[in-house]
Amino acid sequence: MNGTIGAPMNAKDLKKLGGGRDVDRLAALAAAALAETAADRGLLDVAVGEVESPVGELLLAVTPRGLAYVAFEDEERDDLLARLSRQLSPRILEHPKATDEVRRQLDEYFSGERTRFELKLDRRLMRGIARDVLAATAKVPFGRTTTYGTLAERIGRPRASRAVGNALGSNPIPIVVPCHRVLRAGGDVGGYAGGPSRKRRLLTLEGSLPPSLV
Amino acid sequence: MAVELPPFSEFLAEHKGTVYRFLMAAVGPHEADDAFQETFVSALRAYPRLTDASKLDRWVLRIASRKAIDHHRAASRRAIPSGDLPEQAASPGGRPELDSDLRAAVASLPPKQRVAVVHRHVLDRSYADVAEMMGISEEAARANVYQGVKKLRELMT
Repeated sequence: MNGTIGAPMNAKDLKKLGGGRDVDRLAALAAAALAETAADRGLLDVAVGEVESPVGELLLAVTPRGLAYVAFEDEERDDLLARLSRQLSPRILEHPKATDEVRRQLDEYFSGERTRFELKLDRRLMRGIARDVLAATAKVPFGRTTTYGTLAERIGRPRASRAVGNALGSNPIPIVVPCHRVLRAGGDVGGYAGGPSRKRRLLTLEGSLPPSLV
Repeated sequence: MAVELPPFSEFLAEHKGTVYRFLMAAVGPHEADDAFQETFVSALRAYPRLTDASKLDRWVLRIASRKAIDHHRAASRRAIPSGDLPEQAASPGGRPELDSDLRAAVASLPPKQRVAVVHRHVLDRSYADVAEMMGISEEAARANVYQGVKKLRELMT
């Protein structure tokens, strides 16, 4: 097919115009720079970043409205991004800078310097009864705990403690919305979307459980 | 059967290499970064309205082709006349000179020929693809590639 191209120019020379070994690195740099451009032009709907923590790496999703999602590392990343894409917007990019403030406050929380988060939240991923349940959960202070039953009463649905449990299990913003502070009546820590050991770890960090139980 | 739109991050990861290679060849290494940003910003703007996610590769290359052609027009308004290109090309033929001479020769092509040649000979696309990505007929795609390659050969001998 390239027979029309004669020496000294040949098809191989033309192909080289696409860049040598460098091109993948350059493309990666250009792709990484896109998020900033997109954010400047108001085209970035979901910015994704990560933070290391004592309960493992956390993935953070921030929208112009606020923090929308905190994921533990065992949540499969591609599935998660696909879900955020469907439920929030497909305009998703890695943009760690947009998650800086959340990262800073989480770092302070895990190092014991912060007992209250001051972050805007995007609650669009909380559906139905979960909105009320998680709004009530957000009021349980650092170092205190409550029970599913108490929370059910607080939202005016005293017999709905199972629904309350489900709503907490679906919390899109764990740690920041402290669903780990909701325990079973009788003191058993109960379930947790991130697993009971993470829940115990967070409760220990807050002084609600003695260190020996971790 | 509609294909679900992937998150933009995934779309970018999958197509960044091809788009960058295309732009390196079509607008040159100095302008490739800017053209890359422009291409993907346009893509991002239109992305949520896409109804068919099955041809994203051709979709983004169509945007990149437009940017390369517009870019050429903007650049040629600024540029100095390229009258001394043949002399440059006639310089003794070591490899580095060949590369930069070839770049200069490609840069001197009319934009449609340049973009068509790059799709065909850098990205190895079929004439049907070239036509689709440039919004022209397959005959016009063949003619643009043919004329472009012919001119390059003249400049490079």
